Amino acid sequence: MAESAEGGSGFAIHPMDQFIVRPLFGDGPVHWYTVTNVTLWMALTVAAVTALLVLGTRGRAVVPSRIQSVAELAYGFVYKMVEDVAGKDGAKFFPYIMTLFCFVLFSNFLGLLPMSFTTTSHIAVTAVLALLVFVTVTAIGFIRHGAHFLELFWITSAPLPLRPVLALIEIISYFVRPVSHSIRLAGNMMAGHAVIKVFAGFAGALGAASVIPVVAITAVYGLEVLVSAIQAYVFTILTCVYLRDALHPHH
Amino acid sequence: MATEAHGAESAAGMPQLDFATFPNQIFWLAVTLVALYLILNRVALPRIGAVLAERRGTITNDIAAAEELKLKAQEAEKAYQKALADARAEAGRIVERARAEIQKDLDAAIARADAEIAAKASESQGRIAAIRASAADSVAEVARDAAREIVAAFGTSADGRSVAGAVTARMKG
Repeated sequence: MAESAEGGSGFAIHPMDQFIVRPLFGDGPVHWYTVTNVTLWMALTVAAVTALLVLGTRGRAVVPSRIQSVAELAYGFVYKMVEDVAGKDGAKFFPYIMTLFCFVLFSNFLGLLPMSFTTTSHIAVTAVLALLVFVTVTAIGFIRHGAHFLELFWITSAPLPLRPVLALIEIISYFVRPVSHSIRLAGNMMAGHAVIKVFAGFAGALGAASVIPVVAITAVYGLEVLVSAIQAYVFTILTCVYLRDALHPHH
Repeated sequence: MATEAHGAESAAGMPQLDFATFPNQIFWLAVTLVALYLILNRVALPRIGAVLAERRGTITNDIAAAEELKLKAQEAEKAYQKALADARAEAGRIVERARAEIQKDLDAAIARADAEIAAKASESQGRIAAIRASAADSVAEVARDAAREIVAAFGTSADGRSVAGAVTARMKG
């Protein structure tokens, strides 16, 4: 990536090159089964999550070690979020939500490593995640409540003439959910990384004055650390909110 | 399609919208999510849940044990107070007994002393009575002698017996 950025004539910066999906071995076409950088970084995500939540807790200590307390903190954080937002009966969906949270959080953070590939910056990935949530939640809603789930869109507390209008708005907002859910995450990740790359390109071109972009990169990087955690949190809590709507559609 | 398409994509546009890579990403995402879910659901989450539950249990047990120990301590304090009170009562009893004993000794000593004093007093009384009797005898003798002398001085004589009888009669009167 870096070579192509520097190798261009004069002031060529390719901030989007870091997002290219390329085969890990060789330079062939990308089939659905090809081992690519996506595979590598998703595998590293799984490895990191396993290291924290499985290896970190292998002592099963009543008085936890440092890593174990971090793992317990993550567990407690997500568990409490599910319970508080989705309700007590949402607790049995906790493993799914924990999986999503761990995947997004660790993908975001691993993407912040230099030369890494950010899987969550791809709309293909976040759209699948968001659609999984959307489809699951809608299915839960209909299985739990049958046709009564549609009362989610029929707001009985509003005056009768307004209800059809509100229902239309509610239905549109319901179907916009997966779109906003996925684009929010991918957009945040992509924008931050692209900005860092642009500044990095400036740093390469400016010579002695590159101190300014380096400082800017440092600042943006700090911001990105924050954004990575916040976006993982936002993605998870929105999942919990949608789950609550499915479990308790009667507002 | 891939190589040329990639060249075009990297030159301009977003790799995110390169639909040729979508099946690849979605496939590996599915593999990743399934793997992650299995690892979390089978190993990590039950383990952490068990550890947290165990900790809660341990804390609850410890609190219960502490409560029990507190009760025991209170009992021990109560027993101590009771022992203290008993000891005080016992001490009081001992003091009382000692006082009674001393009182008894004292009473005996006083009685003995009283008896002695009484004996001495009666003895003295006897002596006083004897002395008084002898004094009365002496008075009678002096009176008889004096009466005989007085009778003699008047020039008459009287036999001793009638003088003595008269003196005795006078002294009685």
